[in-house]
Amino acid sequence: MRFLHLIWGNLTRKKLRTALTLLTVLVAFVLFGFLSAIRQALVGGVELAGADRLIVRHKVSIIQLLPVAYQARMERIPGVAAAVHQTWFGGIYQDPKNFFMQSPVVPAEFMAMYPEFILPPEQMRAWLATRTGAIVGRKTAERFHWKIGDRIPIMSPIWMRKTWEFDLVGIFDGRDKGTDTTALYFRYDYFDEVRQTQNWGQGLVGWYTIRVKDPAQAADTARRVDEEFANSPAETKTEPEGAFVQAWANQVGNITLIVAGILGAVFFTILLVTGSTMSQAVRERIGELGVLKAIGFTNGQVLGLVLAESCLLTVLGGGLGLGLAWLIIARGDPTGGLLPMFFLPGRDLLLGFGLSLALGLVTGLLPARQATRLRVADALRRL
Amino acid sequence: MAGLLNWFSQVGAIAKFGLMSIPQRRGAVSATIIGIAGVVLVLVGVLSIAAGFRRTMLASGSPDAAIVLRSGADSEMVSGFGRNEARLIADAPGVARNAAGPLASAELFVIINLPKRSTHTDANVPLRGVEAAALAVRDHLTLTAGRMFAWGRNEVVVGAGAAREFAGLEVGGTIKVGRESWPVVGVFTANGGVAESEIWTDARVLQDAYHRGDSFQSVYARLNSAAAFAQFKDALTSNPQLSVKVLRQSEHYAEQSEAITRLITTLGFLIAFLMAIGAVFGALNTMYSAVAVRTREIGTLRALGFGNGAVIAALMIESLLLALLGGTVGGGLAYLAFNNLHAATMNWQSFSQVAFAFAVTPQLLLQGVVWATLIGLIGGLLPAIRAARLPIAAALREY
Amino acid sequence: MSENTAGQSALVRVEGVEKVFHRGAEDIHVLSQLNLEVPAGQFLALMGPSGSGKSTLLNLIGGLDRPTQGTVHVGGDRLDTLSDRALAAWRARHVGFVFQLYNLIPVLTAERNVELPLLLTPLSPAERRKHVATALAVVGLSHRAKHYPRTLSGGEQQRVGIARGIVTDPTLLLCDEPTGDLDRKAGDEVLNLLQALNREQGKTIVMVTHDPHASARAARTVYLNKGRLTNEPEQ
Repeated sequence: MRFLHLIWGNLTRKKLRTALTLLTVLVAFVLFGFLSAIRQALVGGVELAGADRLIVRHKVSIIQLLPVAYQARMERIPGVAAAVHQTWFGGIYQDPKNFFMQSPVVPAEFMAMYPEFILPPEQMRAWLATRTGAIVGRKTAERFHWKIGDRIPIMSPIWMRKTWEFDLVGIFDGRDKGTDTTALYFRYDYFDEVRQTQNWGQGLVGWYTIRVKDPAQAADTARRVDEEFANSPAETKTEPEGAFVQAWANQVGNITLIVAGILGAVFFTILLVTGSTMSQAVRERIGELGVLKAIGFTNGQVLGLVLAESCLLTVLGGGLGLGLAWLIIARGDPTGGLLPMFFLPGRDLLLGFGLSLALGLVTGLLPARQATRLRVADALRRL
Repeated sequence: MAGLLNWFSQVGAIAKFGLMSIPQRRGAVSATIIGIAGVVLVLVGVLSIAAGFRRTMLASGSPDAAIVLRSGADSEMVSGFGRNEARLIADAPGVARNAAGPLASAELFVIINLPKRSTHTDANVPLRGVEAAALAVRDHLTLTAGRMFAWGRNEVVVGAGAAREFAGLEVGGTIKVGRESWPVVGVFTANGGVAESEIWTDARVLQDAYHRGDSFQSVYARLNSAAAFAQFKDALTSNPQLSVKVLRQSEHYAEQSEAITRLITTLGFLIAFLMAIGAVFGALNTMYSAVAVRTREIGTLRALGFGNGAVIAALMIESLLLALLGGTVGGGLAYLAFNNLHAATMNWQSFSQVAFAFAVTPQLLLQGVVWATLIGLIGGLLPAIRAARLPIAAALREY
Repeated sequence: MSENTAGQSALVRVEGVEKVFHRGAEDIHVLSQLNLEVPAGQFLALMGPSGSGKSTLLNLIGGLDRPTQGTVHVGGDRLDTLSDRALAAWRARHVGFVFQLYNLIPVLTAERNVELPLLLTPLSPAERRKHVATALAVVGLSHRAKHYPRTLSGGEQQRVGIARGIVTDPTLLLCDEPTGDLDRKAGDEVLNLLQALNREQGKTIVMVTHDPHASARAARTVYLNKGRLTNEPEQ
């Protein structure tokens, strides 16, 4: 730290240049933060998927329904601890743009399967006591300013082609930062009752989630489930929740690759701009570096000075950029509902800091080498 | 006139000094060019996804073709008709006819899971059941390999995009529908339209396989002319036996592509805007250094009587030239890297995959050059003003 | 003469030194078979026309460069065989430089400039401040400690440069045209200072100059011509 004055002095030598470089780096890291949040929103579910959960769906496609009777058969299969079902409701609240997922579920077993959904006990009791009751995640409740006790009208173009009304009895929170709290869940018994009156679709559900007794045996259990229903009218495909979510994200496209590509272009560009500024800064004071060497600074110390300068610049720019990105991202999903889980994960924040340091090292290295290779006698002559 | 000429020669003289000093500061100059090229590359690259997706969707519908869905349905997935309703629609006024009858195809639309070739993970691939008129209803439908499926048989033909993106979809391959395997007997193209992402079979065969009875989900109809649409629509919506939604195919596909196009475009602009800010700072840096390197020359020229305006104009020209070069390089790279790059993504409205190719259109390239120019203008202006404002005496003393 | 007897009194001993620079295919012999001894406590002026190799010789004595052939001893150390790293450490401890163009770091104040060589020592900030204050007092610039170089006159900047040269209390002070860029009055002040440092603090000084006025202040003057030393100027 005894050299801080010197490093800081060098940075403030050309304030405009330093400020412009700082801003360039800052912008790059705002982008980094922003794209990380987008990537997280699109593929983050994979990391949060339960390791002990399997998804069972119709083999041909997820839009085909499975008999509700499969539940009891699944629970008899060795290795299966519990099975619950959900069904795509496809409802529209006021406008098709207000997208969020809804599904009928059996409350007690569903909440046991998904411990990441946190619902206060008295709200759970209210749900069990209200046939038309529904619970909704915090995000969606806040988005539409719903309160407990509201009556929520949802039009389903799939089921009965009518507007269903639900009594909001609970609002659940997510246990983890990335837990999806946008869905609405209502009671399967109510759902099936209404279906029976129209004699359409009763006894059918969309897909199952299974909890396995031993995650290490998940693959075996999945195979046994599929074998159980092989050669029936509704064959199944069972896979770990993570693989299911990954496949889902892959349907949108290779987001990680696209994000990496964009960031690659951004950082390559920033690297060049910052690197060229740094080498210019070093070229301008070759003579001074020569003086430092004459005074007795070793090559290592001169290298350290230049690297410290470039790292200070990029870490400062990177830190400010990440901070700014964090502030922007904290304001929420910019697309209005398409990216339900929009936040900047701490891991990416750390990665960003690491990257800013690496950027400083890489951009400083060439000019720093230039500075150390310099023969003192030549440097002094150039002054 | 002479004054103007004189001014231009002044600008030329100063600009020449600037351009000649480029080798001396090639590091900073190439960083600027590459920086601007990077902005244009990312801008054009991201927007070419949206343009390509939109092009595929819009190539799918001609204005003299209509699609009929159940009223209230915004996609085929949630639509449905009986045989009688389908017949009423086909017989409506405005529908073109040939010897075999009206050019209207009542169709079924379901989804099957097939692994994507690129990721080996399952994706929702649309499987469409069509009637004989389907080929006449759509434009430019051409078999490029194999043959058409036989009516009444468990056979399919696949769109070229689907064949490219999903495993097992080549002539000789099979798809599993329920417990049976259906052979792929042909591959077709549809002018790059969304049909190329689909698998087609006989609607009746699909009805049986999916226990759909005698029901359909949509009717595609070729009209006598684009102008006949109003007549056709009025006839259907005023028919008390029907409760339907009638759209031109072009409108239908534009509607389907809107959300995803908007999302990609918004994100693309946002990213490019941020990058452009970074590039402006980079350009400012370069041009300030350009001014610094030449302080003495500029001072000398002004001492000789060159005007402030000429100094500013010459530096702006230099900055614009660098920016245009960067823009051209970026646009060229984007074209080479992304034009016609094949991909498939989810169409949320139909809940299924759409294969498309990135499209680097002339408009996008122009847009890229405009951005580059703006970056050059902003990056050049402030340093140019500083150069013009430098006190001559101080400038001469430098170095 | 044997190494032992001569080594006692001479602080600087240059023996049989050759220095060849390569410019393209051409070899330029700057110094050839050069011998020089500077006894401890001497104020030596080194004169000669430009291009005669004065600065090269000074660089060799200061450990900034190595001879192509021959040996350079300063104090007990043989410089021509030391590594870069060891040379840097040696310079930090034993030698102070004064340059023609002062070579102050423009972004640091006078006292921070003077402090630079102390950053390489294990001294505490308080001790460093004390040494800096002493050095500035010696050159008579205590009142200018907080000034940046651009606000100082040339003579003042050179005195800051000298303060930086002596702040670590080196035995040897090497000056390359210390008055070359100064007017007569400022130059005299600098020369007075060097003379005082030599007489009162016993600093050994080697000063390169082409100004007879400056060399007159030295106790001994040697002349360098075409790479060879003489005790008389070339006629």
